[in-house]
Amino acid sequence: MFDDLRDLYQEVIFDHNRNPRNFRVMENPDREVEGFNPLCGDRLTLFLKMQGDEIIDASFQGSGCAISTASVSLMTEIVKGKTENEAKELFHQFHAMTTGKEGEVDLQVIGKLAVLAGVREYPARVKCATLAWHTLDAALKNEEKSISTE
Amino acid sequence: MTTFSIEKIREDFPILKEKIRNKPLVYLDNAATCQKPQAVIDSISHLYTHEYANVHRGVHTLSVKATDRYEGAREKVKNFINAQSTKEIIFVKGTTEAINLIAQTFGKANIKAGDEIIITAMEHHSNIVPWQMLCEETGAVLKVAPINLQGELIFAEFEKLISDKTKLVAVVHMSNALGTINPVEKIIAAAKVKNIPVLLDGAQAIPHMSVDVQALDCDFYAFSGHKLYAPAGIGVLYGKQALLEAMPPYQGGGDMIRKVTFEETEYNGLPYKFEAGTPSIADVVGLGAAIDYLTEIGMDNIANYEAELLQYATAKAKTIKGLRIVGEAREKGAILSFVLDKIHPHDIGTMLDSLGIAIRAGHHCAMPVMDFFEVPATARASFAVYNTKEEIDILMNGIEQLIEVFG
Repeated sequence: MFDDLRDLYQEVIFDHNRNPRNFRVMENPDREVEGFNPLCGDRLTLFLKMQGDEIIDASFQGSGCAISTASVSLMTEIVKGKTENEAKELFHQFHAMTTGKEGEVDLQVIGKLAVLAGVREYPARVKCATLAWHTLDAALKNEEKSISTE
Repeated sequence: MTTFSIEKIREDFPILKEKIRNKPLVYLDNAATCQKPQAVIDSISHLYTHEYANVHRGVHTLSVKATDRYEGAREKVKNFINAQSTKEIIFVKGTTEAINLIAQTFGKANIKAGDEIIITAMEHHSNIVPWQMLCEETGAVLKVAPINLQGELIFAEFEKLISDKTKLVAVVHMSNALGTINPVEKIIAAAKVKNIPVLLDGAQAIPHMSVDVQALDCDFYAFSGHKLYAPAGIGVLYGKQALLEAMPPYQGGGDMIRKVTFEETEYNGLPYKFEAGTPSIADVVGLGAAIDYLTEIGMDNIANYEAELLQYATAKAKTIKGLRIVGEAREKGAILSFVLDKIHPHDIGTMLDSLGIAIRAGHHCAMPVMDFFEVPATARASFAVYNTKEEIDILMNGIEQLIEVFG
Protein backbone atom coordinates (compact mmCIF):
# COMPACT_ATOMS: atom_id res chain seq x y z
CA MET A 1 0.00 0.00 0.00
CA PHE A 2 2.86 2.35 0.75
CA ASP A 3 5.06 1.19 -2.13
CA ASP A 4 5.88 4.75 -3.16
CA LEU A 5 7.40 5.34 0.24
CA ARG A 6 9.81 2.42 0.31
CA ASP A 7 12.74 4.66 -0.58
CA LEU A 8 11.94 7.00 2.28
CA TYR A 9 10.95 4.54 4.99
CA GLN A 10 13.49 1.77 4.74
CA GLU A 11 13.51 -1.03 7.29
CA VAL A 12 16.66 0.41 8.91
CA ILE A 13 14.75 3.61 9.61
CA PHE A 14 11.87 1.76 11.25
CA ASP A 15 14.42 -0.18 13.29
CA HIS A 16 16.19 2.95 14.57
CA ASN A 17 12.86 4.63 15.21
CA ARG A 18 11.65 1.71 17.31
CA ASN A 19 14.97 1.23 19.09
CA PRO A 20 17.00 4.41 18.90
CA ARG A 21 20.70 3.91 19.68
CA ASN A 22 22.49 6.09 22.25
CA PHE A 23 19.17 7.37 23.52
CA ARG A 24 20.28 8.52 26.96
CA VAL A 25 21.25 11.56 28.98
CA MET A 26 25.03 11.83 29.25
CA GLU A 27 26.69 12.50 32.58
CA ASN A 28 29.06 15.47 32.37
CA PRO A 29 29.03 15.97 28.62
CA ASP A 30 31.63 18.27 27.07
CA ARG A 31 29.09 19.62 24.62
CA GLU A 32 25.30 19.83 24.95
CA VAL A 33 23.17 21.54 22.32
CA GLU A 34 19.44 21.58 21.72
CA GLY A 35 18.13 21.31 18.17
CA PHE A 36 14.60 22.38 17.30
CA ASN A 37 12.51 22.25 14.16
CA PRO A 38 9.72 24.75 14.80
CA LEU A 39 7.88 23.60 11.70
CA CYS A 40 7.00 20.21 13.16
CA GLY A 41 8.00 20.48 16.80
CA ASP A 42 10.88 18.01 16.59
CA ARG A 43 13.21 18.64 19.47
CA LEU A 44 16.41 16.91 20.46
CA THR A 45 19.31 17.41 22.81
CA LEU A 46 22.69 16.17 21.64
CA PHE A 47 25.46 15.30 24.08
CA LEU A 48 29.12 14.85 23.12
CA LYS A 49 32.11 13.64 25.10
CA MET A 50 35.41 14.82 23.59
CA GLN A 51 39.00 13.72 24.02
CA GLY A 52 41.17 16.29 22.31
CA ASP A 53 39.44 16.73 18.98
CA GLU A 54 38.00 13.21 18.97
CA ILE A 55 34.34 12.46 19.70
CA ILE A 56 34.53 9.55 22.12
CA ASP A 57 30.85 9.40 22.98
CA ALA A 58 27.61 10.78 21.55
CA SER A 59 24.06 10.44 22.84
CA PHE A 60 20.72 12.18 22.56
CA GLN A 61 17.30 12.77 24.08
CA GLY A 62 14.17 14.18 22.58
CA SER A 63 11.19 13.41 20.44
CA GLY A 64 10.70 13.54 16.74
CA CYS A 65 9.42 11.76 13.69
CA ALA A 66 10.83 8.47 12.42
CA ILE A 67 13.13 10.24 9.98
CA SER A 68 14.63 12.61 12.53
CA THR A 69 14.90 9.92 15.21
CA ALA A 70 16.59 7.47 12.84
CA SER A 71 18.87 10.22 11.57
CA VAL A 72 20.11 11.25 15.01
CA SER A 73 20.37 7.63 16.13
CA LEU A 74 22.50 6.72 13.10
CA MET A 75 24.55 9.87 13.52
CA THR A 76 25.45 9.17 17.14
CA GLU A 77 26.67 5.74 16.06
CA ILE A 78 28.75 6.91 13.15
CA VAL A 79 30.46 9.93 14.73
CA LYS A 80 31.84 8.01 17.69
CA GLY A 81 35.60 7.76 17.24
CA LYS A 82 35.64 10.45 14.54
CA THR A 83 37.67 13.64 14.82
CA GLU A 84 35.93 16.98 14.59
CA ASN A 85 37.11 17.41 11.00
CA GLU A 86 35.94 13.95 10.01
CA ALA A 87 32.55 14.67 11.56
CA LYS A 88 32.32 17.97 9.70
CA GLU A 89 33.13 16.20 6.45
CA LEU A 90 30.35 13.70 7.19
CA PHE A 91 27.96 16.61 7.76
CA HIS A 92 28.98 18.06 4.42
CA GLN A 93 28.46 14.71 2.69
CA PHE A 94 25.14 14.11 4.42
CA HIS A 95 23.93 17.53 3.46
CA ALA A 96 24.93 16.95 -0.17
CA MET A 97 23.15 13.59 -0.19
CA THR A 98 19.88 14.89 1.25
CA THR A 99 19.76 17.95 -0.95
CA GLY A 100 20.34 16.05 -4.17
CA LYS A 101 24.00 16.87 -4.88
CA GLU A 102 24.93 13.23 -5.46
CA GLY A 103 28.12 14.19 -7.31
CA GLU A 104 29.68 15.31 -4.05
CA VAL A 105 28.78 12.18 -2.13
CA ASP A 106 31.43 9.54 -1.39
CA LEU A 107 29.53 6.33 -0.62
CA GLN A 108 32.52 4.99 1.29
CA VAL A 109 32.34 7.91 3.70
CA ILE A 110 28.57 8.06 3.93
CA GLY A 111 28.23 4.35 4.75
CA LYS A 112 24.90 3.31 6.19
CA LEU A 113 23.70 6.90 6.35
CA ALA A 114 22.76 6.20 2.74
CA VAL A 115 19.43 4.81 3.98
CA LEU A 116 18.36 8.42 4.46
CA ALA A 117 19.04 9.41 0.85
CA GLY A 118 15.33 8.99 0.06
CA VAL A 119 14.41 12.26 1.78
CA ARG A 120 15.75 14.24 -1.17
CA GLU A 121 12.52 13.34 -2.99
CA TYR A 122 10.52 14.82 -0.10
CA PRO A 123 11.50 18.47 0.30
CA ALA A 124 9.15 18.85 3.27
CA ARG A 125 11.11 16.15 5.11
CA VAL A 126 14.73 17.11 4.41
CA LYS A 127 14.89 19.17 7.59
CA CYS A 128 13.79 16.16 9.62
CA ALA A 129 16.90 14.33 8.47
CA THR A 130 19.31 17.25 8.75
CA LEU A 131 18.22 18.53 12.19
CA ALA A 132 20.59 16.12 13.93
CA TRP A 133 23.51 17.21 11.79
CA HIS A 134 22.88 20.93 12.22
CA THR A 135 22.79 20.29 15.95
CA LEU A 136 26.09 18.40 15.75
CA ASP A 137 27.60 21.22 13.73
CA ALA A 138 26.58 23.71 16.42
CA ALA A 139 27.99 21.43 19.10
CA LEU A 140 31.32 21.12 17.30
CA LYS A 141 31.46 24.89 16.93
CA ASN A 142 30.84 24.96 20.67
CA GLU A 143 27.75 27.10 20.31
CA GLU A 144 26.08 26.53 23.63
CA LYS A 145 22.61 27.53 22.62
CA SER A 146 19.70 26.00 20.87
CA ILE A 147 19.62 25.84 17.11
CA SER A 148 16.64 25.92 14.84
CA THR A 149 16.10 24.65 11.32
CA GLU A 150 14.11 27.75 10.37
CA MET B 1 -30.10 15.11 6.59
CA THR B 2 -28.11 16.44 3.71
CA THR B 3 -30.22 19.03 1.95
CA PHE B 4 -27.92 19.57 -1.00
CA SER B 5 -26.26 17.39 -3.57
CA ILE B 6 -22.73 16.61 -2.54
CA GLU B 7 -21.93 15.39 -6.07
CA LYS B 8 -22.98 18.75 -7.45
CA ILE B 9 -20.88 20.60 -4.88
CA ARG B 10 -17.81 18.50 -5.67
CA GLU B 11 -18.31 19.37 -9.33
CA ASP B 12 -18.01 23.03 -8.38
CA PHE B 13 -14.44 22.59 -7.09
CA PRO B 14 -12.14 21.85 -10.03
CA ILE B 15 -9.11 20.99 -7.89
CA LEU B 16 -10.93 17.97 -6.43
CA LYS B 17 -10.36 16.23 -9.77
CA GLU B 18 -6.58 16.38 -9.28
CA LYS B 19 -4.56 13.22 -8.78
CA ILE B 20 -1.94 13.28 -6.03
CA ARG B 21 0.76 10.63 -6.34
CA ASN B 22 -1.54 8.89 -8.82
CA LYS B 23 -4.41 8.73 -6.35
CA PRO B 24 -7.57 10.83 -6.26
CA LEU B 25 -7.04 13.83 -4.02
CA VAL B 26 -8.65 13.57 -0.58
CA TYR B 27 -8.33 17.10 0.72
CA LEU B 28 -8.70 17.21 4.50
CA ASP B 29 -6.59 20.26 5.30
CA ASN B 30 -9.44 22.74 5.19
CA ALA B 31 -8.66 24.36 8.52
CA ALA B 32 -5.36 25.50 6.96
CA THR B 33 -7.05 26.74 3.82
CA CYS B 34 -10.09 25.79 1.76
CA GLN B 35 -10.26 25.03 -1.94
CA LYS B 36 -12.06 27.44 -4.26
CA PRO B 37 -15.27 26.86 -6.22
CA GLN B 38 -15.34 27.67 -9.94
CA ALA B 39 -17.64 30.63 -9.20
CA VAL B 40 -14.87 32.29 -7.17
CA ILE B 41 -12.20 31.55 -9.76
CA ASP B 42 -14.47 32.87 -12.52
CA SER B 43 -15.32 36.05 -10.61
CA ILE B 44 -11.65 36.98 -10.43
CA SER B 45 -11.02 36.08 -14.04
CA HIS B 46 -14.10 38.05 -15.11
CA LEU B 47 -12.99 41.12 -13.19
CA TYR B 48 -9.52 41.10 -14.74
CA THR B 49 -10.91 40.35 -18.18
CA HIS B 50 -13.73 42.90 -18.25
CA GLU B 51 -13.98 45.22 -15.28
CA TYR B 52 -10.63 45.90 -13.68
CA ALA B 53 -9.30 49.32 -12.69
CA ASN B 54 -8.43 51.01 -9.42
CA VAL B 55 -11.27 51.71 -7.02
CA HIS B 56 -12.49 55.01 -5.56
CA ARG B 57 -10.23 56.91 -7.99
CA GLY B 58 -11.23 57.54 -11.54
CA VAL B 59 -14.27 58.99 -13.22
CA HIS B 60 -13.75 56.55 -16.07
CA THR B 61 -16.14 53.68 -16.67
CA LEU B 62 -13.86 50.85 -15.62
CA SER B 63 -13.00 52.48 -12.34
CA VAL B 64 -16.69 52.92 -11.63
CA LYS B 65 -17.39 49.26 -12.49
CA ALA B 66 -14.50 48.01 -10.35
CA THR B 67 -15.64 50.21 -7.46
CA ASP B 68 -19.18 48.84 -7.79
CA ARG B 69 -17.87 45.27 -7.63
CA TYR B 70 -15.62 46.08 -4.69
CA GLU B 71 -18.27 47.90 -2.68
CA GLY B 72 -20.83 45.29 -3.74
CA ALA B 73 -18.68 42.68 -2.02
CA ARG B 74 -18.60 44.81 1.12
CA GLU B 75 -22.40 44.84 1.09
CA LYS B 76 -22.38 41.02 0.76
CA VAL B 77 -20.05 40.68 3.74
CA LYS B 78 -22.25 43.04 5.75
CA ASN B 79 -25.32 40.89 5.02
CA PHE B 80 -23.41 37.63 5.55
CA ILE B 81 -22.50 38.48 9.15
CA ASN B 82 -25.51 40.78 9.69
CA ALA B 83 -23.57 43.93 10.47
CA GLN B 84 -25.57 47.13 10.78
CA SER B 85 -23.68 49.04 8.15
CA THR B 86 -20.98 48.63 5.51
CA LYS B 87 -19.05 51.22 7.50
CA GLU B 88 -18.38 48.43 9.96
CA ILE B 89 -16.72 46.18 7.37
CA ILE B 90 -12.98 46.81 7.02
CA PHE B 91 -11.07 44.85 4.39
CA VAL B 92 -7.69 43.62 5.62
CA LYS B 93 -5.21 40.92 4.55
CA GLY B 94 -6.64 38.34 6.89
CA THR B 95 -7.46 37.52 10.50
CA THR B 96 -3.88 38.16 11.57
CA GLU B 97 -3.89 41.69 10.19
CA ALA B 98 -7.32 42.34 11.67
CA ILE B 99 -6.10 41.44 15.16
CA ASN B 100 -2.91 43.44 14.73
CA LEU B 101 -4.99 46.39 13.56
CA ILE B 102 -7.03 46.32 16.76
CA ALA B 103 -3.92 45.93 18.91
CA GLN B 104 -2.20 48.86 17.19
CA THR B 105 -5.17 51.24 17.10
CA PHE B 106 -7.78 50.40 19.73
CA GLY B 107 -5.08 48.83 21.91
CA LYS B 108 -2.65 51.72 21.88
CA ALA B 109 -5.42 54.26 22.41
CA ASN B 110 -7.16 52.46 25.26
CA ILE B 111 -4.77 50.07 26.99
CA LYS B 112 -2.25 51.39 29.50
CA ALA B 113 0.28 50.02 31.98
CA GLY B 114 -1.39 47.75 34.51
CA ASP B 115 -4.45 47.14 32.33
CA GLU B 116 -5.31 43.56 31.45
CA ILE B 117 -6.21 41.70 28.26
CA ILE B 118 -7.86 38.27 28.55
CA ILE B 119 -7.31 35.50 26.02
CA THR B 120 -7.75 31.72 26.35
CA ALA B 121 -5.27 28.87 26.44
CA MET B 122 -6.46 27.62 23.04
CA GLU B 123 -5.57 30.68 20.96
CA HIS B 124 -3.77 30.60 17.63
CA HIS B 125 -0.44 32.46 17.72
CA SER B 126 -2.14 35.28 15.83
CA ASN B 127 -4.32 35.99 18.86
CA ILE B 128 -1.41 35.74 21.30
CA VAL B 129 1.57 37.51 19.80
CA PRO B 130 -0.09 40.85 18.86
CA TRP B 131 -1.19 41.17 22.52
CA GLN B 132 2.22 40.22 23.85
CA MET B 133 3.70 42.93 21.64
CA LEU B 134 1.15 45.44 22.89
CA CYS B 135 1.79 44.43 26.51
CA GLU B 136 5.51 44.86 26.01
CA GLU B 137 4.97 48.34 24.61
CA THR B 138 2.41 49.53 27.13
CA GLY B 139 3.12 47.57 30.30
CA ALA B 140 -0.31 45.93 30.16
CA VAL B 141 -0.71 42.33 31.33
CA LEU B 142 -1.92 39.34 29.32
CA LYS B 143 -4.21 36.97 31.23
CA VAL B 144 -4.85 33.47 29.93
CA ALA B 145 -8.05 31.61 30.78
CA PRO B 146 -7.32 27.90 31.17
CA ILE B 147 -8.84 24.92 29.35
CA ASN B 148 -9.68 21.41 30.54
CA LEU B 149 -8.52 18.06 29.16
CA GLN B 150 -11.43 17.93 26.72
CA GLY B 151 -10.10 21.15 25.27
CA GLU B 152 -12.94 23.31 26.60
CA LEU B 153 -12.60 26.71 28.18
CA ILE B 154 -13.05 26.52 31.96
CA PHE B 155 -15.66 29.23 32.06
CA ALA B 156 -15.59 29.77 35.82
CA GLU B 157 -11.85 30.46 35.62
CA PHE B 158 -12.40 32.84 32.72
CA GLU B 159 -15.01 34.74 34.73
CA LYS B 160 -12.62 35.07 37.67
CA LEU B 161 -10.11 36.85 35.44
CA ILE B 162 -12.54 39.63 34.59
CA SER B 163 -11.91 42.69 36.71
CA ASP B 164 -11.90 46.48 36.58
CA LYS B 165 -8.44 46.23 35.04
CA THR B 166 -9.70 44.24 32.04
CA LYS B 167 -9.74 46.41 28.93
CA LEU B 168 -10.29 43.78 26.25
CA VAL B 169 -11.36 40.15 25.92
CA ALA B 170 -9.96 38.51 22.78
CA VAL B 171 -11.01 34.91 22.26
CA VAL B 172 -11.16 32.40 19.47
CA HIS B 173 -14.67 31.48 18.30
CA MET B 174 -13.59 28.02 17.16
CA SER B 175 -10.16 26.53 17.88
CA ASN B 176 -8.07 25.54 14.87
CA ALA B 177 -6.08 22.96 16.81
CA LEU B 178 -8.91 21.33 18.78
CA GLY B 179 -12.12 22.18 16.97
CA THR B 180 -13.64 23.52 20.20
CA ILE B 181 -16.41 26.06 19.72
CA ASN B 182 -16.25 28.51 22.61
CA PRO B 183 -19.38 29.63 24.49
CA VAL B 184 -19.01 33.09 22.98
CA GLU B 185 -22.49 34.25 24.01
CA LYS B 186 -21.65 33.59 27.66
CA ILE B 187 -18.20 35.15 27.27
CA ILE B 188 -19.66 38.29 25.76
CA ALA B 189 -22.41 38.51 28.38
CA ALA B 190 -19.85 38.21 31.18
CA ALA B 191 -17.66 40.92 29.63
CA LYS B 192 -20.62 43.25 29.06
CA VAL B 193 -21.34 43.39 32.78
CA LYS B 194 -18.20 45.50 33.06
CA ASN B 195 -18.50 47.11 29.61
CA ILE B 196 -15.42 45.32 28.33
CA PRO B 197 -15.14 45.10 24.55
CA VAL B 198 -14.89 41.59 23.08
CA LEU B 199 -12.98 40.57 19.97
CA LEU B 200 -13.78 37.21 18.41
CA ASP B 201 -11.19 35.49 16.22
CA GLY B 202 -13.56 33.93 13.72
CA ALA B 203 -11.00 32.49 11.30
CA GLN B 204 -12.17 28.91 11.86
CA ALA B 205 -15.78 29.52 12.83
CA ILE B 206 -16.86 31.56 9.81
CA PRO B 207 -16.82 28.74 7.20
CA HIS B 208 -18.66 26.32 9.46
CA MET B 209 -21.66 28.18 10.92
CA SER B 210 -23.82 31.23 10.42
CA VAL B 211 -22.45 34.19 12.31
CA ASP B 212 -24.64 37.13 13.32
CA VAL B 213 -22.52 39.86 14.87
CA GLN B 214 -25.55 41.81 16.10
CA ALA B 215 -27.09 38.79 17.78
CA LEU B 216 -23.72 37.95 19.33
CA ASP B 217 -23.24 41.58 20.30
CA CYS B 218 -19.49 41.23 19.89
CA ASP B 219 -17.49 44.41 19.42
CA PHE B 220 -15.00 43.07 16.89
CA TYR B 221 -15.08 40.00 14.67
CA ALA B 222 -12.11 38.99 12.53
CA PHE B 223 -11.91 36.42 9.75
CA SER B 224 -9.96 35.43 6.64
CA GLY B 225 -11.27 34.89 3.15
CA HIS B 226 -9.11 31.92 2.30
CA LYS B 227 -10.75 29.65 4.88
CA LEU B 228 -14.14 30.74 3.53
CA TYR B 229 -13.58 29.33 0.01
CA ALA B 230 -12.36 32.79 -1.10
CA PRO B 231 -8.87 33.90 -2.16
CA ALA B 232 -5.97 34.20 0.26
CA GLY B 233 -4.74 37.68 1.05
CA ILE B 234 -8.13 39.10 1.95
CA GLY B 235 -9.93 39.19 5.25
CA VAL B 236 -12.44 41.18 7.20
CA LEU B 237 -12.45 43.12 10.41
CA TYR B 238 -15.93 43.86 11.66
CA GLY B 239 -16.16 46.49 14.37
CA LYS B 240 -19.05 48.34 15.94
CA GLN B 241 -19.26 51.71 14.27
CA ALA B 242 -18.91 53.78 17.46
CA LEU B 243 -15.73 51.91 18.42
CA LEU B 244 -14.24 52.21 14.94
CA GLU B 245 -15.05 55.93 14.81
CA ALA B 246 -13.20 56.51 18.06
CA MET B 247 -10.12 54.52 17.01
CA PRO B 248 -7.08 56.21 15.48
CA PRO B 249 -6.22 55.12 11.92
CA TYR B 250 -3.97 52.10 11.29
CA GLN B 251 -1.73 52.82 8.32
CA GLY B 252 -1.38 56.16 6.59
CA GLY B 253 -1.61 56.58 2.83
CA GLY B 254 -4.00 56.99 -0.05
CA ASP B 255 -7.73 56.29 0.29
CA MET B 256 -7.70 56.76 4.06
CA ILE B 257 -7.57 60.55 3.79
CA ARG B 258 -10.06 63.27 3.01
CA LYS B 259 -7.61 66.15 2.68
CA VAL B 260 -3.83 66.31 2.89
CA THR B 261 -1.59 69.35 3.20
CA PHE B 262 1.95 69.37 4.54
CA GLU B 263 0.62 70.88 7.74
CA GLU B 264 -2.15 68.44 8.48
CA THR B 265 -4.26 65.59 7.22
CA GLU B 266 -7.96 65.06 7.59
CA TYR B 267 -8.80 61.36 7.72
CA ASN B 268 -11.44 59.73 5.62
CA GLY B 269 -14.59 58.30 7.21
CA LEU B 270 -15.36 54.64 7.79
CA PRO B 271 -14.52 52.15 6.49
CA TYR B 272 -11.86 53.86 4.36
CA LYS B 273 -10.03 55.30 7.36
CA PHE B 274 -8.59 51.81 7.89
CA GLU B 275 -7.96 50.91 4.23
CA ALA B 276 -4.83 52.81 3.22
CA GLY B 277 -3.46 52.06 -0.23
CA THR B 278 -4.90 50.23 -3.22
CA PRO B 279 -6.69 47.20 -1.79
CA SER B 280 -6.67 43.64 -3.04
CA ILE B 281 -9.58 44.41 -5.38
CA ALA B 282 -9.96 41.08 -7.17
CA ASP B 283 -9.66 39.13 -3.92
CA VAL B 284 -12.44 41.19 -2.39
CA VAL B 285 -14.59 40.45 -5.44
CA GLY B 286 -13.69 36.76 -5.02
CA LEU B 287 -14.78 36.94 -1.40
CA GLY B 288 -18.12 38.34 -2.52
CA ALA B 289 -18.52 35.44 -4.96
CA ALA B 290 -17.67 32.93 -2.23
CA ILE B 291 -20.32 34.45 0.03
CA ASP B 292 -22.90 34.20 -2.78
CA TYR B 293 -21.92 30.57 -3.29
CA LEU B 294 -22.22 29.71 0.42
CA THR B 295 -25.45 31.64 0.87
CA GLU B 296 -26.95 29.62 -1.97
CA ILE B 297 -26.13 26.37 -0.13
CA GLY B 298 -27.05 27.85 3.26
CA MET B 299 -24.68 28.09 6.21
CA ASP B 300 -27.02 26.09 8.45
CA ASN B 301 -27.11 23.29 5.88
CA ILE B 302 -23.31 23.35 5.77
CA ALA B 303 -23.12 23.23 9.57
CA ASN B 304 -25.49 20.26 9.71
CA TYR B 305 -23.66 18.34 7.01
CA GLU B 306 -20.26 18.94 8.56
CA ALA B 307 -21.57 17.88 11.98
CA GLU B 308 -22.59 14.59 10.32
CA LEU B 309 -19.09 14.21 8.85
CA LEU B 310 -17.41 14.95 12.17
CA GLN B 311 -19.62 12.52 14.04
CA TYR B 312 -18.88 9.81 11.48
CA ALA B 313 -15.14 10.47 11.54
CA THR B 314 -15.01 10.60 15.35
CA ALA B 315 -16.87 7.31 15.73
CA LYS B 316 -14.54 5.62 13.21
CA ALA B 317 -11.42 7.13 14.78
CA LYS B 318 -12.41 5.78 18.18
CA THR B 319 -12.33 2.22 16.86
CA ILE B 320 -8.66 2.52 15.89
CA LYS B 321 -6.35 1.13 18.55
CA GLY B 322 -3.57 3.51 19.54
CA LEU B 323 -5.38 6.59 18.20
CA ARG B 324 -6.06 9.38 20.66
CA ILE B 325 -8.28 12.31 19.72
CA VAL B 326 -6.91 15.63 20.95
CA GLY B 327 -9.83 17.93 21.66
CA GLU B 328 -13.15 16.35 22.63
CA ALA B 329 -15.23 19.38 23.45
CA ARG B 330 -18.98 18.90 23.54
CA GLU B 331 -19.37 21.88 21.22
CA LYS B 332 -17.05 21.16 18.34
CA GLY B 333 -16.58 22.07 14.69
CA ALA B 334 -15.41 19.84 11.85
CA ILE B 335 -11.84 19.28 13.02
CA LEU B 336 -10.37 15.96 14.09
CA SER B 337 -6.98 16.41 15.75
CA PHE B 338 -5.30 13.18 16.78
CA VAL B 339 -2.10 11.43 17.70
CA LEU B 340 -1.07 7.82 17.19
CA ASP B 341 0.85 5.82 19.73
CA LYS B 342 4.58 5.87 18.82
CA ILE B 343 4.02 7.36 15.36
CA HIS B 344 4.93 10.98 14.90
CA PRO B 345 2.37 13.21 13.14
CA HIS B 346 4.92 14.14 10.51
CA ASP B 347 5.25 10.49 9.52
CA ILE B 348 1.46 10.18 9.47
CA GLY B 349 1.33 13.20 7.14
CA THR B 350 3.86 11.79 4.68
CA MET B 351 2.33 8.32 4.73
CA LEU B 352 -1.18 9.63 4.10
CA ASP B 353 0.11 11.93 1.37
CA SER B 354 1.34 8.89 -0.50
CA LEU B 355 -2.30 7.77 -0.56
CA GLY B 356 -3.44 11.13 -1.93
CA ILE B 357 -4.73 12.32 1.45
CA ALA B 358 -3.84 15.86 2.53
CA ILE B 359 -3.92 16.45 6.27
CA ARG B 360 -1.98 18.84 8.47
CA ALA B 361 0.77 17.58 10.75
CA GLY B 362 2.32 20.03 13.18
CA HIS B 363 1.61 22.40 16.01
CA HIS B 364 -1.06 24.31 14.06
CA CYS B 365 0.40 27.66 15.16
CA ALA B 366 -0.85 26.85 18.64
CA MET B 367 2.28 25.72 20.49
CA PRO B 368 0.79 26.42 23.94
CA VAL B 369 -2.05 24.01 23.11
CA MET B 370 0.50 21.32 22.17
CA ASP B 371 2.34 21.94 25.47
CA PHE B 372 -0.90 21.61 27.41
CA PHE B 373 -1.67 18.22 25.88
CA GLU B 374 2.02 17.24 26.16
CA VAL B 375 2.39 16.40 22.48
CA PRO B 376 4.97 17.93 20.12
CA ALA B 377 2.41 18.05 17.35
CA THR B 378 -0.84 16.48 16.20
CA ALA B 379 -2.21 15.19 12.93
CA ARG B 380 -5.33 17.08 11.94
CA ALA B 381 -8.04 16.19 9.48
CA SER B 382 -10.39 19.11 8.92
CA PHE B 383 -13.55 18.91 6.88
CA ALA B 384 -15.33 21.19 4.47
CA VAL B 385 -18.64 21.16 2.65
CA TYR B 386 -17.19 19.14 -0.25
CA ASN B 387 -15.87 16.24 1.84
CA THR B 388 -17.64 12.89 1.97
CA LYS B 389 -17.97 9.88 4.23
CA GLU B 390 -16.17 7.86 1.56
CA GLU B 391 -13.18 10.16 1.98
CA ILE B 392 -13.28 9.62 5.73
CA ASP B 393 -13.25 5.87 5.07
CA ILE B 394 -10.16 6.32 2.90
CA LEU B 395 -8.51 8.32 5.69
CA MET B 396 -9.30 5.80 8.41
CA ASN B 397 -8.23 2.91 6.23
CA GLY B 398 -4.96 4.73 5.54
CA ILE B 399 -4.38 5.28 9.25
CA GLU B 400 -4.94 1.60 9.98
CA GLN B 401 -2.53 0.63 7.22
CA LEU B 402 0.22 2.93 8.39
CA ILE B 403 -0.09 1.70 11.96
CA GLU B 404 0.52 -1.76 10.57
CA VAL B 405 3.57 -0.64 8.57
CA PHE B 406 5.10 1.04 11.61
CA GLY B 407 4.46 -2.09 13.63
